[in-house]
Amino acid sequence: MAPKQSRNPELIRGIGKFSRSKMYHKRGLWAIKAKNGGVFPRHDPIAKPSPAAAKPPKFYPADDVKKPLLNKRNPKPTKLRFGKHHPGTVLIILAGRFKGKRVVFLKQLSSGLLLITGPFKVNGVPLRRVNQSYVVATSTKVDVSGVNVEKFDDKYFGKKVEKKKTKGEGEFFEAEKEEKNVLPQEKKDDQKSVDAVLIKSIEGVPDLKTYLAARFSLKAGMKPHELVF
Amino acid sequence: MGDANIKASQWRQVEVGRVVLFSTGLYANRLAVIAEIIDHKRVLVDGPASKPEKVVPRHSAALSDLSLTPIVIDKLPRAAGNAAIKAAWEKAQVDKAWDESAWAKNRERSVKRRQLTDFERFKVMRLRKQARFEVRKTMAAARASAKA
Repeated sequence: MAPKQSRNPELIRGIGKFSRSKMYHKRGLWAIKAKNGGVFPRHDPIAKPSPAAAKPPKFYPADDVKKPLLNKRNPKPTKLRFGKHHPGTVLIILAGRFKGKRVVFLKQLSSGLLLITGPFKVNGVPLRRVNQSYVVATSTKVDVSGVNVEKFDDKYFGKKVEKKKTKGEGEFFEAEKEEKNVLPQEKKDDQKSVDAVLIKSIEGVPDLKTYLAARFSLKAGMKPHELVF
Repeated sequence: MGDANIKASQWRQVEVGRVVLFSTGLYANRLAVIAEIIDHKRVLVDGPASKPEKVVPRHSAALSDLSLTPIVIDKLPRAAGNAAIKAAWEKAQVDKAWDESAWAKNRERSVKRRQLTDFERFKVMRLRKQARFEVRKTMAAARASAKA
């Protein structure tokens, strides 16, 4: 329903143009009353179902148990800094092990993080999530129309939860050795399929491949606040 | 001592007909010509131009906002009106003379450099490296042949 327009225009905050009795007439409350036999219609409250008899608790703690304060925070997903970040934009990563690398932006995930790829063959950056705050967007764009990134979401990148093993002593030492972080073949194939299309469109632009392979760094005389990226 | 060739110093003078460049203010980076000198700090300035964004209306400007250029419009009558100045400006081809000057070209170059994107800077860097390599290669060859 469209937001209701008040029939009482505001002169100043808190003060309307029309008095209480005028508004009574304007809103037609007299007509509503007349229709209802001189009384304003009211509905009886809906009978609430009587609460089911609660079972008395089995255990009463001796001391008062402190309840933690309620936390109703609902963080909003970070907005994409629109205008700058379109899929295909080349980003410069500013921190982490890939700092300085120029990387292709694929899409923004539901958590607000950006999905990027090197491409891996070009500069060694795999399919990865990166925080918008640690990235500078350049005005260079790569054509990513052929790339399908539907299947990638935050769960894909989350840590794999393993079932807890029983703490048998003999198993302890062996288990540690086996659970090395081997990248599953599936992820390698995903990387290859995404990059294959990307690399083709990158090679279409002269110098773009070497540009992505090179790292960015500030040289003497470069002032970041004056640079056009 | 030998023949010393003494040349009297020559400055660019604030005179009627001197073409000036606005360095700051509303008319920054526009050319105008001095129509009349008001006092030791101000001049009456007028700048007809073909492009409406580059026009400087006739007004009194502080000399501190202006830079004198080496271009002078000869024999401009003092306090000439707008039409006369416009005719003299076009006859002397001030715009053309300015565009061809090293000063204007340098300014244009620094503007361009400031607007380069990261990708363009990368390409420039590679081209300069290639040019540098060629220069050094020929120098090395020349040096080698000179020694031999």
